[in-house]
Amino acid sequence: MSEFTKNWVYTDTVKEHFMNPKNVWEDEGFKADGFGQVGSMACGDQMRVGIQVKDDRIIDLKWQTYGCASAIASTSMMSEMAIGLTLSEAYHLTPAMITERLGGLPQHKFHCSVLGDKALRAAIDDYLAKQNRDNPYRASVAKVICECKNVTDQRIEELVKTKQATTLEKLREITEYGTVCGKCQFKVQQLFDEYKHIYNV
Amino acid sequence: MIKVYMDNNATTQMAPEVVVALNESYGSYGNASSMHAFGREASRAVNQARHQVALSLGAQDDEVIFTSGGSESDNTVFNLCRDMIDAGAKRTRIITSTIEHPAIIETCAYLQKRGYRIDYAPVDQTGKIRLDALQDMLGDDVLLVSVMAGNNETGTIQDIVAISALAHRHGALMHTDAVQAVGKMHIDVKAWGVDYLSLSAHKFYGPKGIGALFVRKGAPFEAFMKGGHQEGGRRAGTYNTNAIVGMGKAAEMASAEVDHEKTLLWNLREKLRRGIEASVSGVVVNGHPVDCLPGTLNVSFPGAEGESILLMLDYYGIAVSTGSACATGSLEPSYVLLASGLDVELAHGSIRFSLGRYNTEADVDYVLEKLPPIIARLREISTL
Repeated sequence: MSEFTKNWVYTDTVKEHFMNPKNVWEDEGFKADGFGQVGSMACGDQMRVGIQVKDDRIIDLKWQTYGCASAIASTSMMSEMAIGLTLSEAYHLTPAMITERLGGLPQHKFHCSVLGDKALRAAIDDYLAKQNRDNPYRASVAKVICECKNVTDQRIEELVKTKQATTLEKLREITEYGTVCGKCQFKVQQLFDEYKHIYNV
Repeated sequence: MIKVYMDNNATTQMAPEVVVALNESYGSYGNASSMHAFGREASRAVNQARHQVALSLGAQDDEVIFTSGGSESDNTVFNLCRDMIDAGAKRTRIITSTIEHPAIIETCAYLQKRGYRIDYAPVDQTGKIRLDALQDMLGDDVLLVSVMAGNNETGTIQDIVAISALAHRHGALMHTDAVQAVGKMHIDVKAWGVDYLSLSAHKFYGPKGIGALFVRKGAPFEAFMKGGHQEGGRRAGTYNTNAIVGMGKAAEMASAEVDHEKTLLWNLREKLRRGIEASVSGVVVNGHPVDCLPGTLNVSFPGAEGESILLMLDYYGIAVSTGSACATGSLEPSYVLLASGLDVELAHGSIRFSLGRYNTEADVDYVLEKLPPIIARLREISTL
C-alpha cells in the first residue's frame, strides 16, 4: 500500500473518483439536451453538467469540474448516481446523498465542494426551459427555512443569485426572516454564505 | 516507491549530524539550572549551543534566548511591546506587513481587536514591501516595525537593512522574523541593524519545538513566559537541553554551509522553474525573480486547482504545499499571494515547491516527469 492510500484525508471511494473520474465531458461532440453551470473559478470551485434526456429519464450525463479533490470526486459520483434516473428523481439528489455514497467528506468540504447536485438541477431547469415546459420539481425541493415568515431556501437562493440581496441586512429587509422567533438566523446565514459562494456574488 | 520531499519551508529533515549530536546529548539528563555536576554538564551543553547559535547570527552569546520556536519568539516581541504600551509608552503604534507569517498576522489581529494600533505596509507584485508606503506610515508614535526577512510562501526577500534604517530613523524598534532565512542567506544582526530576530531550528535541519530570539543588548525586554530564572529571567521553563544541543549543531552547520547551500538550492530551483515553464503552458511564477530564498519556487497553474495538484503529486510520492483555499478549510486562498495582487483564481491554483539540502537533480527530473501530465489531466476535467 502506498503512502497515498494510507491515512488519506478522504475515503477510498473519494480517492477512486478523484484519480479516475467517471463520465468526464471530454468528447466535444457530446450534445447536451440540458446544460447547467454553478460556482466560479474565483471561488475555487466550478461545475458544468450536460444531460441527454429521453422519456424524462437521464440517459447520459457529462461533466467538467474545476476544484479540489472532493469537488471532482463528488461530481463524478453524482454522474454515476444520476444516469438512469427520471428527471424527478435526479432533481431530488442532495449533497447528503452524494456525500454518503462517497463514504463521507471532511466537515469543511461539505458545503463548498458538493455542487454537483446544483449543477444537475440547473441542467434539468435548462432542459425543461428549452422544451417550453413547466418545471414541476422546483417547488417540491424547496425547504422552509424561516417558519415564521415562510422563507424557503429557494427564495434565498434566488435573491442572492439575482443580487437583490447582497447583504444579510438586505435579505432580512426583503424577506423579514428571523424577525419573529429568530431561530433560523444561523441557518439563513449559512445558506446566504453558501449561495454567495456558489454564484460568486 | 520514489519519495521526493519538496516541502522544506514547512519543515526539514533533521541533518544526520544533528541526529548524532542529539543522541549523544541524551546521556546528559541533568537540569541545566542545577548546581551539581549533572546540572553543570547540561549547562555546559546549553551554553555551547548558545554560542553556536550566536555565532551563526553575528550576535553575542547573551543576546540569544532559547524559545519553543518561531511563533513563541514572534509572540514574545509583540507581547513586550504591548507591555510597553500598557505601561504608558509614548509610542503606541506597531507597523508590520500584509504578508507576515500567521504567528504575526494573527497576533496583530488579536491586539487590534483589543484596541492596539497596527498598520500593515503593503507589498508590490513581487511581494517586496513598498518602502515609500512604509516611510509614509512611519512617525514618532511608532514603537515597533516587524518585517519578515524571507517569505515562507513566495520566498521573496526583504531589504531588512533598509527597513531597519528607516525604522531607527524614526526611533522605532525593529524586529524581523528570519525563520525561513536562516541557512539560506547570510545573517548578521549587526549589519542588518535589527533589535530582535526570530528563528526556528526545524527550518534548518534541526529538531522541532526549539527556536531562539535574538535580543540586541540594550533593547527593551520583558519575559513572555514567566516563572523560573532560566535565561537570566527572560524565558522561564526547564531547558530542553537535547533540542538546544541539536539546534546548536544545526546552526553551526547552517552558517558554515550557507554559500554552498545557496548555490545548490538556487540551481535546483532554477532547473525546476525552467523545466515547468518549458513543459506546462500558461504558468505564472510568483514572488520576486531574483530576491528570493534560493530553494523556494511558487507557481500558479491556471485551470488546475491547488489541492488537486497537491494530492495527485502526493500519489506519486511528491510532497509540496498549496495556497489554495481548499487546503486551508476556509473560502479564501493565500493572503500572501492576494496581498501581492495575484488574481484569486491564480492563488487557488498555486503550488509551492520548497527545496532543501537533501534534494537532488534526480528529484527535480522526477517532478518534471510527473507534473505536466497531472496539470494536463486536471485541465481536461476542468471547466477552463
